Amino acid sequence: MTFLYQILNGIQIGAIYALVALGYSMVYGIVKLINFAHGDIIMLGSYAVWYFMTRLNMPWWLATIATIIFCSIVGIIIEKLAYKPLRNSARISLLITAIGVSLFLQNTVQLIFTANPKMFVTFIPSGGFSIGNRSISYTTLITIAISAAIMVALTLLVSKTKIGKAMRAVSEDNRTAQLMGINVDNTISFTFALGSGLAAVAAVLYVCSYSQIAPTMGSMLGLKAFVAAVLGGIGSIPGAMLGGLLIGVAESLTKGYISSQLADAVLFGILIIVLLVKPTGFFGRGDREKV
Amino acid sequence: MKPTRLIDKTWFRYIINTIAVLLAFGLLVLLTGPTGEGGLLNKYMSQIFIPMGINIILAVSLNLTAGFLGQLPLGHAGFMSVGAYAAALFSIHTDFPKAISFPLSLIVGGIVAAIFGILIGLPALRLKGDYLAIITLGFGEIIRVIILNIPKITGGAYGLKGIPKDTTVISTFVCVVITLFLIHALIKSRHGRAIISIREDEIASEASGIPTTYYKVTTFSFSAFFAGIAGGLYAHFIGVLDPAEFGFMRSVEILVMVVLGGMGSIIGSVVAAGALTVLPEVLRGFSEYRMVVYSLLLIVVMVFKPSGLFGRYDFSLCGAASDIAKAIKKLTHRNKLGIHEEAGK
Amino acid sequence: MNNGETLLNVRNLGINFAGLQALDDFNVQVAPEEIVGLIGPNGAGKTTVFNLLTNVYTPTKGSIDIEGNDTRGKSTHGVAQAGIARTFQNIRLFKNMTVIDNVKVALNNNLRCSMFETLLRLPTYWKEEREAEERALELLDVLNLRAHAYDLAGSLPYGAQRRLEIVRAIATNPKVLLLDEPAAGMNPSETAELMSNIRKIRDRFHVAIILIEHDMNLVMGVCERIIVLNYGLIIATGSPEEIRKNPTVIEAYLGQQRGE
Repeated sequence: MTFLYQILNGIQIGAIYALVALGYSMVYGIVKLINFAHGDIIMLGSYAVWYFMTRLNMPWWLATIATIIFCSIVGIIIEKLAYKPLRNSARISLLITAIGVSLFLQNTVQLIFTANPKMFVTFIPSGGFSIGNRSISYTTLITIAISAAIMVALTLLVSKTKIGKAMRAVSEDNRTAQLMGINVDNTISFTFALGSGLAAVAAVLYVCSYSQIAPTMGSMLGLKAFVAAVLGGIGSIPGAMLGGLLIGVAESLTKGYISSQLADAVLFGILIIVLLVKPTGFFGRGDREKV
Repeated sequence: MKPTRLIDKTWFRYIINTIAVLLAFGLLVLLTGPTGEGGLLNKYMSQIFIPMGINIILAVSLNLTAGFLGQLPLGHAGFMSVGAYAAALFSIHTDFPKAISFPLSLIVGGIVAAIFGILIGLPALRLKGDYLAIITLGFGEIIRVIILNIPKITGGAYGLKGIPKDTTVISTFVCVVITLFLIHALIKSRHGRAIISIREDEIASEASGIPTTYYKVTTFSFSAFFAGIAGGLYAHFIGVLDPAEFGFMRSVEILVMVVLGGMGSIIGSVVAAGALTVLPEVLRGFSEYRMVVYSLLLIVVMVFKPSGLFGRYDFSLCGAASDIAKAIKKLTHRNKLGIHEEAGK
Repeated sequence: MNNGETLLNVRNLGINFAGLQALDDFNVQVAPEEIVGLIGPNGAGKTTVFNLLTNVYTPTKGSIDIEGNDTRGKSTHGVAQAGIARTFQNIRLFKNMTVIDNVKVALNNNLRCSMFETLLRLPTYWKEEREAEERALELLDVLNLRAHAYDLAGSLPYGAQRRLEIVRAIATNPKVLLLDEPAAGMNPSETAELMSNIRKIRDRFHVAIILIEHDMNLVMGVCERIIVLNYGLIIATGSPEEIRKNPTVIEAYLGQQRGE
């Protein structure tokens, strides 16, 4: 029973990782950038939902919507100000700018709300179903259900809609896409907005489960989600989902059966092995340099 | 044709550079005093030269892989920590007199870090670009977690205490000079050319007969060696080692120095590392805004000058001297003739 | 075809890219100092042959040996050391290095100074660096690049970049030189100069040359033997005269031009 419980816990956090990993993956697919600031969007989202609910006394649903909008806008602003000017420069400059944005977000939030963690009181009713002698909380179930629904919706969006096709075309070859009449700038902005919106949802789900908010919370969360994206094959949407779940379960099992301190080392160990055995992850495509 | 330098004799360049190093040394002693006290600066201000030197060694050694080899690692702090712990443990567990024990501990730190460099470099360097960045980040984090989890040896989260505080401004200076000389000597040689050719075009480099994997791993371990030395200096400067000091953010800080200075420019790394060590001290009054300013600076430099402040500029004292002399000559010449002379090659 | 002596012997070479047979049953024997042309329509597999000869790609079948020395399992730099040098269709110079340093990189295998001697700047280092400088300048002289020796390779005009790539290949001291479209983007007078340069290099450095080229004047003018590829298979081999008259070739390749 404990084993099943650990797996469910793993799926719960894994579903959150998957939502964040999707943002990494989509952005990488479209601008070939490891958006290091993506983890900090979750942090921003957590502060936003906390602020909207405790300071502005918004009801939970309004706060959630406001958070999603807020994060999407921040995502677009970051892209326009920091990444767009560098679209044609070396990849490494872009990567370093992303690191700069990440530091900026963390420190700005720290300046406003101090480094002391804030407590978030969940709005999801406590309690849950009991299976055997363990109970599964509503939070767990809701997290899993919402993540699953979002992933289905996202898959449909990317495969069926016009903007989804534009996203795929731009990630395939942005010059050709431009020649075909696709507005590349808008498509990239949309991708950032979408990725940040998913991060906002992940943030709300995260604070409901783990309640503590701090300016640096995004780094490790983002890093793990990023590992998930690489594991699944960066640039691939189903890959990000699978990677997120696997990382979540692996983390939960390591914490449960080995040592919670070693959990991070195990995750990075998995990352290293995957990169060495199959550098493109489960679903990633490798590109061979033309000679 | 070959750039005509007014001073072109190799031995002469060496003498000039030696004199410059001695002058810098003299100035340092004047400022900080021969034992770190009694100079023009007070003891607190004198101490800043030590972290500055450590950062210079870290930045220049990272520049070797990032700027010259063209491979971006994000785990430099990992090598620094390995060197720091190795050097500290050596000092704590041996009974040599200080004059032997301290330099020996630095070398031990460097060698252990270099071995880690080979062990990590062999698998990791099969990957390129972003993937290499991620895998080295992963290795860096693993090193940190492992240090945290063997408290019997490393003190774990409580830190490793009781390291003799042997690092002085003078010893740091000596290490910086040796590092700069060795890295410069490596770059300006057949090995250095091979390393740079890998950055420029790996496939063409292989086709020209360069064993690229060998050079990548060698450069990586060379870079790790100096990070280990810097770690050793750090350990004997602070006296206590805490694994939290060597996280991902530390690696990023070093990378920022390299990038701000210009990847592929040694003088750029030196200046940027120096400035970024002093800047936080200067901004101490605004300590709350410090990191915000720091991160904004990084973004602004990247957006407006992605190649860094110095680009790939390669500084040489004699080169600069003859450039200045030539510029003066040209100016006077131009004034005399009253015509514009094409910038000569 | 060749008078008994074989320098490069390629047998049954083939490669399969994810189900696509890009090259099959490629056989060729090259004699010392022979100039061989490799022609065929776009996508025929010409560059693939070069990539296989230099082990940039690993062949799925067949064997390559140079002077009886099997190159299977060697790395690309190992092949270069065994004596096969090449240029690239889309020029691959070390752009941010000086012209002379580009050549010195290729001289690396002939230099012996260890890391230790280098770092301590022992006399052996200085001696070897001087020799390398002289040798590189001599090589640059061959294709009239000496005047540009200390410019950045990326700043050279297009034609000079192509010449530098050839000098760099020569600097590895090869026995076989592979030239991938050396005349691409050149005007007729540059092509004529290239033609005489190819002969000059062969005579001076005693190398065999295999060249891929679309410029028929160059191929017919300089090659002693021509191999025609189409869809990954050799469809004809022979002297320029024989190839010119071969009906299969005319249909597959020259026919396209005649129809224009």
